Amino acid sequence: MSQRLLLTADSVPRLPRHAKLRFDRARDCWIINAPERVFELDAIAGEVIQLVDGTRTLAVLVDELAAKYDQAPRADIERDVTTMLQNLADKGFVIA
Amino acid sequence: MTDQADVSLGAPTEDAAGPSGSRSRLIPYAVLCELTHRCPLQCPYCSNPLELERASREIDTDTWKSVLSQAVDMGILQAHFSGGEPTVRKDLEQLVEHAAKAGLYTNLITSGVLLTRARLDRLRDAGLDHVQVSFQDTEAGNADRIAGFRGHAKKQETARMVRAADLPLTVNAVMHRQNLHHLEAMIAMAVELDAERLEVAQVQYYGWALKNRQAFLPTREQLDEATQIVEEARVRLKGILAIDYVVPDYYARRPKSCMGGWGRQFLNITPAGKVLPCHAAESLDFLEFENVTERPLAWIWEHSSAFNRFRGTDWMPEPCRSCDRREIDWGGCRCQAFALTGDPDTTDPACEFAPHRQVLEMPVGEAGGEIPEFVYRRIGNG
Repeated sequence: MSQRLLLTADSVPRLPRHAKLRFDRARDCWIINAPERVFELDAIAGEVIQLVDGTRTLAVLVDELAAKYDQAPRADIERDVTTMLQNLADKGFVIA
Repeated sequence: MTDQADVSLGAPTEDAAGPSGSRSRLIPYAVLCELTHRCPLQCPYCSNPLELERASREIDTDTWKSVLSQAVDMGILQAHFSGGEPTVRKDLEQLVEHAAKAGLYTNLITSGVLLTRARLDRLRDAGLDHVQVSFQDTEAGNADRIAGFRGHAKKQETARMVRAADLPLTVNAVMHRQNLHHLEAMIAMAVELDAERLEVAQVQYYGWALKNRQAFLPTREQLDEATQIVEEARVRLKGILAIDYVVPDYYARRPKSCMGGWGRQFLNITPAGKVLPCHAAESLDFLEFENVTERPLAWIWEHSSAFNRFRGTDWMPEPCRSCDRREIDWGGCRCQAFALTGDPDTTDPACEFAPHRQVLEMPVGEAGGEIPEFVYRRIGNG
């Protein structure tokens, strides 16, 4: 890697090889395993991260969430999802 | 939306918060499997105990497999394979495969000096998730002098092989007064080796490192310069290289949250099968540690006297007991409190409010003075 990844609507985010997503029954939540780190995701973050599979653009991902949670404005969902995934990207746990 | 708990494991980095203390039943996150104390290197800051286990006392493959299966059942998420040098164990591939199949995130912590490309490929195919390679310096002569072994060039080769094998890489750099002047070069080397992550760990003074404290402890000025370099590099390399930074707590105002609290997140299994709350816990020579050959791992975690001795806040003296950080730093490090004061129940002297804070004055006052010869880590030198 040689420069910072900045996520845009056209980015296709995915987890890098060293970050592994799985559901943890003991803690009853989705987690990301990473070197000497564990991210325990809350229910909504867990919903988002399951869509981060290297097939969807960020825009499509937001569309799917907006369809599912039609109470929330799409712009709000986009802002929250982008913030969450950019945060993970800055720590090296999301690539595109 | 982004309300996620980010739990930092093992290394006591400065931002490690850990899970909240309110959980009634504690589920550990990680197990450190010290497969052996055998190692070709003799680093004078080695985290192994002064009393090294001999090969004849190491537990066998089936016992390790049983331990790993039990760890999964307990809710443990990660298995770190360490040593000594874990690659001297011929069954490493078997253990990694067993752990990975059971669902554990597997991490190899190695000096890198014994690894071949063929073996790395086998480990990757067995399900290895991540590799950490240690470096003693960026300059070969000094690195080899510190390690007591001519291995620096091979380490660089191994780090490249790790990436060529498509395995993620962390560069582990233990820094101190005899290599801190190369910190910028170390960061550049980690980027050049295409590491995802760099662990800049200032020496922590237990065991071998405590014996060599005068040789390693930097001055306040050296430390401040290093901290500034790391902070600048973190901004410059955001999204390129993650840098974890472990500060020497002799210069801290607050103690580190050692292991995220005693018996809260982590357990360590020695080559002989003893189960410890941290890798240095055998220095607390009044504790009795249970062995995986005699008891189930879950029983040891929940019920053993060693794990319950400093768990939670009930054991705490003042000023910890009434401190609003008591469930943040958990009283600091028990091994350090005992080693420096002789009292395992006192506040870690790394805390500015500790009654024994003055024990740090002598070493800090002498930092930067004459550099003594190393006491190298080898059997019989402890």
